[in-house]
Amino acid sequence: MMTSFECKIARRLFLSRTTQGLGAVALSSLLTPRQCVAAPLKGALPQLPLPQRAKRVIWLTMAGGPSQLETFDPKPKLAEMHGQPMPDSFTQGQQIAQLQGQKLTCFGPQHPFRAFGESQIEICELFPHLGSVIDDVCFIRSMTTDAINHDPAHMFMNTGSQIAGRPSMGAWVTYGLGSDAADLPGFLVLTSLGKGGQNQPIAARQWSSGFLPSRYQGVQLRSKGDPVMYLSNPPGMTRDQQGADVAAINALNQQQAALALDPEIATRIAQYEMAFQMQASVPDLIDVAHETQETLDLYGCQPGDGSFASNCLLARRLAERGVRFIQLYHKDWDHHGGVKEGVAQKALEIDRPCMALITDLKRRGLLEDTLIVWAGEFGRTPMSQGGSGRDHHNKAMTVWLCGAGVKGGLVHGSSDELGYAAVENVTTVHDLHATMLHLLGVRHDAFSVKFQGLDARLTGVEGAHVIDAILS
Amino acid sequence: MIRASLLTVMGWFCLVSITICGWADDRVEFNRDVRPILSDNCFFCHGPDAGHRQADLRLDVREAAIESGAIQPKDVTASSLIQRILSADPDEVMPPPDSNKHLTAEQKAILQRWVAQGAEYQQHWSYEPPVKAEIPKGQNAIDVLVQRRLSEIGMEPSPRADRRTLIRRLYSDLIGVPPTPEEVAAFIADEQPNAYERLVERVLANPHYGERMAIGWLDVVRFADTIGYHSDTPRNVWPYRDWVIQCFNENKPFDRFTIEQVAGDLLPDANQETRIGSAFNRLLLSTEEGGAQAKDYEARMLTDRVRAIGAGWLGQTTGCAQCHDHKFDPITMRDFYSLGAFFADIQEPILGRREDGMIVATEAERAKLAELDTALAEAQKKRDAAAAALDSAQAAWEAKVATENVVLPEIAGGAAPTEGEKKGATEAATALKKEAKDRSAKEKTAIQTYFRQVVDRSQQSVFDELAEKERDRNGYYGSLAKCLVSVSTTKTRTVRILPRGNWMDESGEVMQPALPHYLPQPVIEGRPLNRLDLAQWLVSRENPLTARTVMNRLWKQFFGTGLSKVLDDLGAQGEPPRNLALLDWLACEFMDSGWDMKHMVTVIVTSQAYQQISTASPERLAADPDNRELARQSAYRVDAELVRDYALSIAGLLSPTIGGPSVKPYQPEGYWENLNFPVRQYVADTGESQHRRGLYTWWQRSFLHPSLLAFDAPSREECCAERNRSNIPQQALILLNDPTYVEAARAFAGEILASSATTDRDRIIWAWQKALQRDPRPEELETIEPLLIQHRQIYQSQHDAATAFLKVGQVAPPDGLDSVELAAWTHIARVLLNLHETMTRS
Repeated sequence: MMTSFECKIARRLFLSRTTQGLGAVALSSLLTPRQCVAAPLKGALPQLPLPQRAKRVIWLTMAGGPSQLETFDPKPKLAEMHGQPMPDSFTQGQQIAQLQGQKLTCFGPQHPFRAFGESQIEICELFPHLGSVIDDVCFIRSMTTDAINHDPAHMFMNTGSQIAGRPSMGAWVTYGLGSDAADLPGFLVLTSLGKGGQNQPIAARQWSSGFLPSRYQGVQLRSKGDPVMYLSNPPGMTRDQQGADVAAINALNQQQAALALDPEIATRIAQYEMAFQMQASVPDLIDVAHETQETLDLYGCQPGDGSFASNCLLARRLAERGVRFIQLYHKDWDHHGGVKEGVAQKALEIDRPCMALITDLKRRGLLEDTLIVWAGEFGRTPMSQGGSGRDHHNKAMTVWLCGAGVKGGLVHGSSDELGYAAVENVTTVHDLHATMLHLLGVRHDAFSVKFQGLDARLTGVEGAHVIDAILS
Repeated sequence: MIRASLLTVMGWFCLVSITICGWADDRVEFNRDVRPILSDNCFFCHGPDAGHRQADLRLDVREAAIESGAIQPKDVTASSLIQRILSADPDEVMPPPDSNKHLTAEQKAILQRWVAQGAEYQQHWSYEPPVKAEIPKGQNAIDVLVQRRLSEIGMEPSPRADRRTLIRRLYSDLIGVPPTPEEVAAFIADEQPNAYERLVERVLANPHYGERMAIGWLDVVRFADTIGYHSDTPRNVWPYRDWVIQCFNENKPFDRFTIEQVAGDLLPDANQETRIGSAFNRLLLSTEEGGAQAKDYEARMLTDRVRAIGAGWLGQTTGCAQCHDHKFDPITMRDFYSLGAFFADIQEPILGRREDGMIVATEAERAKLAELDTALAEAQKKRDAAAAALDSAQAAWEAKVATENVVLPEIAGGAAPTEGEKKGATEAATALKKEAKDRSAKEKTAIQTYFRQVVDRSQQSVFDELAEKERDRNGYYGSLAKCLVSVSTTKTRTVRILPRGNWMDESGEVMQPALPHYLPQPVIEGRPLNRLDLAQWLVSRENPLTARTVMNRLWKQFFGTGLSKVLDDLGAQGEPPRNLALLDWLACEFMDSGWDMKHMVTVIVTSQAYQQISTASPERLAADPDNRELARQSAYRVDAELVRDYALSIAGLLSPTIGGPSVKPYQPEGYWENLNFPVRQYVADTGESQHRRGLYTWWQRSFLHPSLLAFDAPSREECCAERNRSNIPQQALILLNDPTYVEAARAFAGEILASSATTDRDRIIWAWQKALQRDPRPEELETIEPLLIQHRQIYQSQHDAATAFLKVGQVAPPDGLDSVELAAWTHIARVLLNLHETMTRS
């Protein structure tokens, strides 16, 4: 289907063909490279049923399953019980990944916690930078998930289903709301890999558009090679030459459109224009040379180092450009062994950048309409694995949110005294999705697409609840 | 009036007898008009799922609806259903506001009319046996039934497309590459009668037909080269893909095609071929992730298989019934798990690495392997005899060493052994100092190794021969194709209903294999049902679903949309077909013909409906934007694999080889960086393998090749009956910048320059013919000629740029061509390969 924007482009191209020949049918973006900004991608929701608190989402995925017990969920009782058998009452008949059937021993938190900010929220002292902005952050210590292995758990966190083929949340959001970014995709994904630990694979299905049209799929912004695949011209060709070819393709397509009466041709023309614009806008986006040294220091990154810090800085730049959904993956949180050293390393990699992202967005006035979510795909056991690690765990984990419409300096929900199971204000992944959609102005239960006979929703069929208590 | 204009303007339906049904008839038909409303708005709470039923009211069964007072036939005011849907009270109105369901005024009116007319129910259309319409002899049934429908709604068909369009369409739909200019010219010039029908015959006999047909089926069965979950490691299944291609080429009857896939191992005449077919049962997702629980994945694999049968053959969304009875269709949890129980006999690891699979080999290859096995066995026998002799010699030697306190020469004073010799001797000497009964296995080995390698080498040639035979045998075994197949075991897995789908809950009833209760089925007594029964039932004449499901999908291949739009759901939430008589006729004919796929393809592509033009005036387009009524053909971009095939074919690069292991086209570096266990390097194939058809691309589920993904090929993690057809900027970036297409453009330019054409104008015409099989229009020439001049000028002053541009890819540019000319023409070729028309089937 041709959007009005695409019609406009097509008409513009058509009208520009006042004389025959290449010069006259040049692309509008060639004529006025920066001024001609194509109109944004329209969403499927004609009007939002709720007030829109968040205009965009930055989702920080800590892949591998961060331990809540060395990050944001203090458990003094577990420290006391260190080395003692895990009481049966907690674990009987439960789904445990690798510890199934083994002797279960309590494993105390490996790093001290302390209170930060006016809100005096206790988090692990490995995170002092995050502690410095803690009054902007809302922790949910009662998060649970359905899955216990990495791949299905990521699928569940991203799509609300453990069956492949469903759209990821970024695709849902971009589909529903469209995107304000005219020359960038509406849903971008960045991955980074720190030092050490287990580098669990991440499948591209995690940012798939599933049964939604492919234009809503996440586009990976890569730190090596072309930032977007196939972005660079072939060698030996200038941008002008590429532009000339694209202009000719579009001119010929336009001539064909007049004969074939096929509206899809106008869409094709618009896509070539968009592609050509991306060839300029993406390098511009990732070029952080114009950022001040102070900003680079704030994040703690070197331009082009591919670090989580660099990706946080890029996330801010994407947010500024109106990208709707920005998802960062930072890998290596899978600490079956050496959780003490492992989390300490991860903290070095993410603590400052997380603070910097919050601080930077805030001082630019973007935090008030940007929702940041920090979450792994599951938590980890309070029981030891192999004497130094923790197994996968889905009954309790901590996630945090920050920014648009979320109360800062708040802890919502809690796990039991050993950190084994969420007990107070238990929340689910569906609840988290529902809350995110709510902040975006979308009613999660009314936002559906027909698929295989169902009104398929990001929040599933089992029911979900907006976590009202954390809304400001 | 309609008829008159048809006869005069169109002409082609003149033989059709037209019955104009009263469109104004306000008779409501349950399946067409009412069920979709009830299903979508009411059944969720008042439907088949007893577990979720509200107020003990069900509306899917007439007696129950009447008994409860919801419906009073012919009495609208007494029917609480009507009162509730019309109510203005938010506490009363149905559907309730919090359901986010809303009935339109038209829908309310239909329900009222339906009750007023007596609230007659019908069995859901797709569960009734298909009825074959009577077609006057000598007429194409499709045309009769399409015209019947068009007459009803007052639409007119479109004229027949020109011959160029027709041959391009046929090639796209049945072979998947464009015709050559010569083939088009010959067809246009063919003045013999039945030129088109003879073309169809030729195309159906083309060996690339099987490749084209396989693409859709491979989506349905989720064929891929990797396991899917987590590490997404490779597995051996490509012979199955070749088997599918061969089945289509040989026109294997679809019933047999089905049976071999579901139960090819259980057939009385099972052979290598039918067993490869049974690889279907192994195409599901599996995991090698540490910490995965067998019960969890056993449940995942069962549900995966049931969904595959549902989607592939039955057109049923069975997945819902994993956790609860289906809310819209009559499929229950019992049906779901008892369908799953058919597969409990398949021998396979639940977790971890898949086995190598069955050897796929010719008789000669098998004979050779047997020969090597025999040679190896003989060498082993010789080794055993030699070993026995050595053992007694060793015992004697050990006794001597012990009694005479012999020092091994390598560690005696004055010796100059190598490090290795010294280590071996030291270990042996240490071991020898112990009492024989106290020696560890390692120590025993140390002594034996020393003895055989140093003391007594008389049998060394025997050991060398064994090593050689092992190398020969294993090397040859490794070179043979292998395929995961179904192997049945009597130690079947226990299948239980999993309450709420929870695999940890073992309280559910144990299920035996059984067919869905709501569908007709054979009486089999005295033995449990098995997979072969399931396979035969799927394609039995009594099964109302399979033929319809398959024909509906086939229709989409030739018209762009199914007769029932929702290809994977012929149930209540699907779409009642616009033209049920047509779908039913196709289903019946399919079965009557002995499930003859080529026959059905012929019937479709020789119909006048198929041969219509695809263009439509804005008014006609607006009247039927999705071409549901078939008053024209449809135009759409070709499938992902064919986008590649088209470019390579036009460029003259496409390899005609059919079958073989999957291949690796160019792919951006680092695309697999997020794969692990193990880390993988993508190495692009070289030589002919670099230019194979798209369907042979290595199908990495978690990271599908980016150019396939961008053009909407599915990851094949789940059955996929219908691909999206998107139009996104990544497609432009790929066609412009992917080395595959840059190299193709250069090869195409080389062909242009090597052709008989010598002037710029003639070369452009030649290129247009090659890519589009038509001459360029004047305005096209005016667009393209300046572009050629522009690039030529640039490269004349920048030879290095031309050289760099021409280096892309593996194929060296032809000798003797001027690099400036080749580079400039590569741009022209590139423009042509990027045109919408080039990649569009119209």
